[in-house]
Amino acid sequence: MCGAIRSSRARGASIVMEIQSAKHGKLWLWFDERIGLSDFAKLAKKKEVPLHRHTFWYYFGGMTLFLFMIQVATGILLLLYYRPSAGEAFESIQFLMTEVQFGWLVRSIHSWSANLMIFAMFIHLFSALLLLAYRRPREMTWLSGGGLLGLSLAFGFTGYLLPWNELAFFATRVGTEIPGVLPVIGPFLRRLLRGGNDVTGATLTRFYGIHVAILPAFATGILGLHLFMVQKHGMSRPPSVEKNSGEKKTMPFFPNFFLRDLVGWLCALGLLAALAAYYPAELGKKADPFQSAPIGIKPEWYFMAMFQTLKLLPSHIFGIEGELLGVVGFGVIGLILIAMPFLDRNASLGKTSSRLAAAFGLLLIVYSVVLTYLGYTMSPTK
Amino acid sequence: MANDETSVPPDSGRRNFLNWFLGTTAGAFFVAVTYPLSRYLIPPEVEESTAHTVTISIKPQEVKANSGQIFRFGSQPAILIRTPNDELKAFSAVCTHLACIVQYRSDISQIWCACHNGHFDLNGKNIEGPPPKPLEEYVVNVRSDQIVASKRG
Repeated sequence: MCGAIRSSRARGASIVMEIQSAKHGKLWLWFDERIGLSDFAKLAKKKEVPLHRHTFWYYFGGMTLFLFMIQVATGILLLLYYRPSAGEAFESIQFLMTEVQFGWLVRSIHSWSANLMIFAMFIHLFSALLLLAYRRPREMTWLSGGGLLGLSLAFGFTGYLLPWNELAFFATRVGTEIPGVLPVIGPFLRRLLRGGNDVTGATLTRFYGIHVAILPAFATGILGLHLFMVQKHGMSRPPSVEKNSGEKKTMPFFPNFFLRDLVGWLCALGLLAALAAYYPAELGKKADPFQSAPIGIKPEWYFMAMFQTLKLLPSHIFGIEGELLGVVGFGVIGLILIAMPFLDRNASLGKTSSRLAAAFGLLLIVYSVVLTYLGYTMSPTK
Repeated sequence: MANDETSVPPDSGRRNFLNWFLGTTAGAFFVAVTYPLSRYLIPPEVEESTAHTVTISIKPQEVKANSGQIFRFGSQPAILIRTPNDELKAFSAVCTHLACIVQYRSDISQIWCACHNGHFDLNGKNIEGPPPKPLEEYVVNVRSDQIVASKRG
């Protein structure tokens, strides 16, 4: 009896194998048996993307990921020529830009892709905020996303110093001075960041280590968590859509949505290639710690709103130093943004109108755009 | 029977001890790793130049009226200025706002920081923009063709 069942099971299994091998070929079967390819295939089949009038905004998460992959690839290439010391960093990039074949292109792609990635990430952040995607049970997705935003800004800030040029030097002097204005822990934080009391070669080496090892390690972990959470909960359907439509339309992720994603990536790649080819990254003048800050100095565009705020704040407000208030203000805004799923009770209770997120999000967008505009248009000497 | 189930098992003292033992060992291990790690990350103190006086490598006649130049005061940048009234002055060149290096602007005869548009007058006093404090002023002495700057006090 047992033998009969066993042999019929074996027959059944061999029939299934034959059907699969007809569909996939022997190589697929060999790997499937060892690493379980069909489990992945099942997972890919199961994943669906909600279809509604805001579906467009779902593309920006994937686009950020795509640009991040470009950053990893070009970053590894840059490592082959870069030398992380005050005496050699600028010269090594000069060599890369002028002597190494396509060196200018690799560096330009790295620099432009960083900007586009931050831009795509901001769109992703604000669309998730305004479509209330952070509500229960996606709090962890939101928090991990906040972590990734912080890491990306840190990537941008530390990477900016590595060419060791004039702009980089002063941006880092100011940027590391900012936590330094905090009472009690400020001077300690500044020393920890700079690897000493001033921005020197020690800071460059430290930023290099942070940029190419510490941040990537954290980014890998948090990105893994973020993607796992997206996989676990699926994409969030905005409450306004959820209320109005009875029928829930979806699209299979694979291949339908994924192919559309690829079209978006191709557009991003096209834009990136054009920017890198027509506006190659500049190198400027080598940093000199005994030179005045150049007229018209400014940070990367995503720090411009903060930079301009610090410029406009008066020296004292109600007896408190202006920059301290500014720095604490930035911190509070960041905290509100990160804590949104816990502050916004309406959205987490499933109500459609969530004035807090909308008001906060729109205010933040308007403020950043206006201050960034002022930063680029106001005369630097007045 | 019910009494037996709710009563404390005979070896709970030993279990508690082992848990406590394991917990403290884990704690000690954690401290043994994080303490050296955090000390490693904090950069060692490097002897700062405590010089009170420096001889500037700029000759007095090289500084024209209504102009300024950066010079080294120990490990820090400082600025030497000849005012429109032909007076030599020296200040720390580190902006009191966010530590950028200031410059002299002859068009307005002021010390100016390009980073956040901070203005200082010719006594180093913060007069406009975000800087919260005046620049530290050094005493300037001219000895034949040498300029010597020294900290006050």
